[in-house]
Amino acid sequence: MSRLLVCPPDYFSVAYEINPWMRLPNRVNPEQARAQWSGLMKVLEEDVGAVLVRMQPAPGLPDMVFTANAGTVCGRRAVPSRFRHPERQREEPYFEAWFREQGYDVQKLDGDLYFEGAGDLLGFPDSVQGAWFGGYRQRSDIRAYVRLGELFSREIIPLELVDSHFYHLDTCFCPLSGGELLYYPAAFDSYAQTVIMERIGEPFRLVVTEPEALRFACNAVCVGKHVVLPAGCPGTMALLETRGYQPHPVPLDEFMKAGGSAKCLTLALD
Amino acid sequence: MATIQETVVLHGHIIDSLILAKVLDTILMMGGTFDLQDVRIGATRDEPSRARIVVRAASTELLAEILEAIQPHGASVERERDCSVEPAPADGILPDQFYATTHLPTQVRLNGRWVEVEGIEMDVAIVANRSRPSAKAVPMHQVKRGDAVVVGRDGVRVLPLERPKEQDVFGFMEAQVSAERPHGHIIADIARRMRALRDRGKVLLSGGPAIIHAGAREALAWLIEEGFVHVLFAGNALAAHDMEAALYGTSLGYGLTAGRSVPHGHEHHLRTINRIRAIGSIEQAVNTGVIRDGIMAACVRRNVSVVLTGSIRDDGPLPGVITDTLAAQSAMRAALPGVGLALLVASTLLSIATGNLLPATVPTVCVDVNPSVPTKLADRGSFQAVGLVMDAASFLRELARELGWKG
Repeated sequence: MSRLLVCPPDYFSVAYEINPWMRLPNRVNPEQARAQWSGLMKVLEEDVGAVLVRMQPAPGLPDMVFTANAGTVCGRRAVPSRFRHPERQREEPYFEAWFREQGYDVQKLDGDLYFEGAGDLLGFPDSVQGAWFGGYRQRSDIRAYVRLGELFSREIIPLELVDSHFYHLDTCFCPLSGGELLYYPAAFDSYAQTVIMERIGEPFRLVVTEPEALRFACNAVCVGKHVVLPAGCPGTMALLETRGYQPHPVPLDEFMKAGGSAKCLTLALD
Repeated sequence: MATIQETVVLHGHIIDSLILAKVLDTILMMGGTFDLQDVRIGATRDEPSRARIVVRAASTELLAEILEAIQPHGASVERERDCSVEPAPADGILPDQFYATTHLPTQVRLNGRWVEVEGIEMDVAIVANRSRPSAKAVPMHQVKRGDAVVVGRDGVRVLPLERPKEQDVFGFMEAQVSAERPHGHIIADIARRMRALRDRGKVLLSGGPAIIHAGAREALAWLIEEGFVHVLFAGNALAAHDMEAALYGTSLGYGLTAGRSVPHGHEHHLRTINRIRAIGSIEQAVNTGVIRDGIMAACVRRNVSVVLTGSIRDDGPLPGVITDTLAAQSAMRAALPGVGLALLVASTLLSIATGNLLPATVPTVCVDVNPSVPTKLADRGSFQAVGLVMDAASFLRELARELGWKG
């Protein structure tokens, strides 16, 4: 059973510009956004078999819909995010309160260490062992991974993100349940590209093309052999099918106005 | 070239992630250098590794740029403390825990900033001035009551010598002490340095009377006349025998050209000293034409800084010889700023005394027919000195010829 934390888009909008996707004149259509979000939920629940855990949205916090950035969760321990941008720092108490209400062992990072949760810290699903990967430079501070490695007794390999369009690791790097990695190499510096190639053997590396990477093909949710990804990425879907995955395209372009897609809208709780 | 440095620490999974490699590459690509210290590799995959890196750059600005570039990869500047100071309890007495210097470039941290210790030399103390902020090397006997003397090792750092850019004998930084090795290339390298320092630097020659006895008087006088030597450290004897040669053509009674002792020759140096004492000074003897040639005459004509230091064996001594050893040491020290090459020739004690005062950054050559002299110099800490086992005359004549002397 796979549980995912989600937050309805009641207050979702583009209210500020903190990444290259966000443009204030590019207004969100609220009905369309709600319809797309509900469509995603339906696929996740009915086609994929995930269990959705909904949290209450808060007025004035348009990005709370992106629960991937609530924090990082492993077992019963949760580390809430510490956002780089003040616009999103206001979400922190809500996410922290939710973790506490659910009985998680909440561990907070030092105040000066930015860390944006499962948006930047990813491991392979169903892998109890194995390294995690931490994106840094755009949002999260590399030093946060030292503390997180201690808290979760994990090896965390920092990967430098060099393109502001791919400002979180989950926008360009998607570990799949069978050990394959769906990713867009140009979002990483050369050292990170080398590390990925050393860690993940050639047959397991599924490289996404630039046009589909820019449609956030890597911002996908993998549960078992199901992969839920934004619509408009036929090349990526074909690639996934060759490896035995069942892709589920979902139109999510309203959320792309804020620089987020399927994965950003969920937080894997187990 | 002065280098500025800062120590940073890098912590985490820095090896397999190539973060350490990236930080080191960044330092080099930006024109800095590094020393990797205390690298501790995690024993298991989960366990983080840790590296301490000393980052060096040619300027404060470049160092700041490098630190700014590596900081996002997790390299954080190690928290360092200011140096500790204690007041000197009395004139000439240091606090018990005083920091004893080496002759390597040294910095102390004052008010959070690293400052260069001025006039560094081995085996002295450091007096700090927090208000300027500045620090200088001070010999024990010159310390005044209440001076802020650096104590302990916190906030003090010694910088290793940078390999010089010149690909010459001084670049190897090893004392060559062997009579079996060829000398030609070493002398050629020294000559090259002297040519470079002729108009924009200073060459120090510290020498003993064997220079005269062995027959290098003309060669050295020529080097001084041609502007290749700017500072001379010697004792009473070198000056006395040089002027004895000018007046009598002998050195310690031996006819320098005839090569045999002359009747009553042993008196010549005493008569020389007496004559100069009567005149009042060596300068006056040269300026009035009493002394017309030789090393001292060349020094007066070329305005060379001469420090003549006395010894317990001295006859006379000549006017100008400093017989108070602490005053002599201070006079030698005062003549050192700007020296870019030191030649220590045929004098054991004077060579060691000079070596003690020289910072390690000054290329130094120790020439003696006795291999124990350059060895002793290196043993006393002047590791930068290149040792040449050969007699003074052969060395100076060959060096002068390399520089164009026709003698």
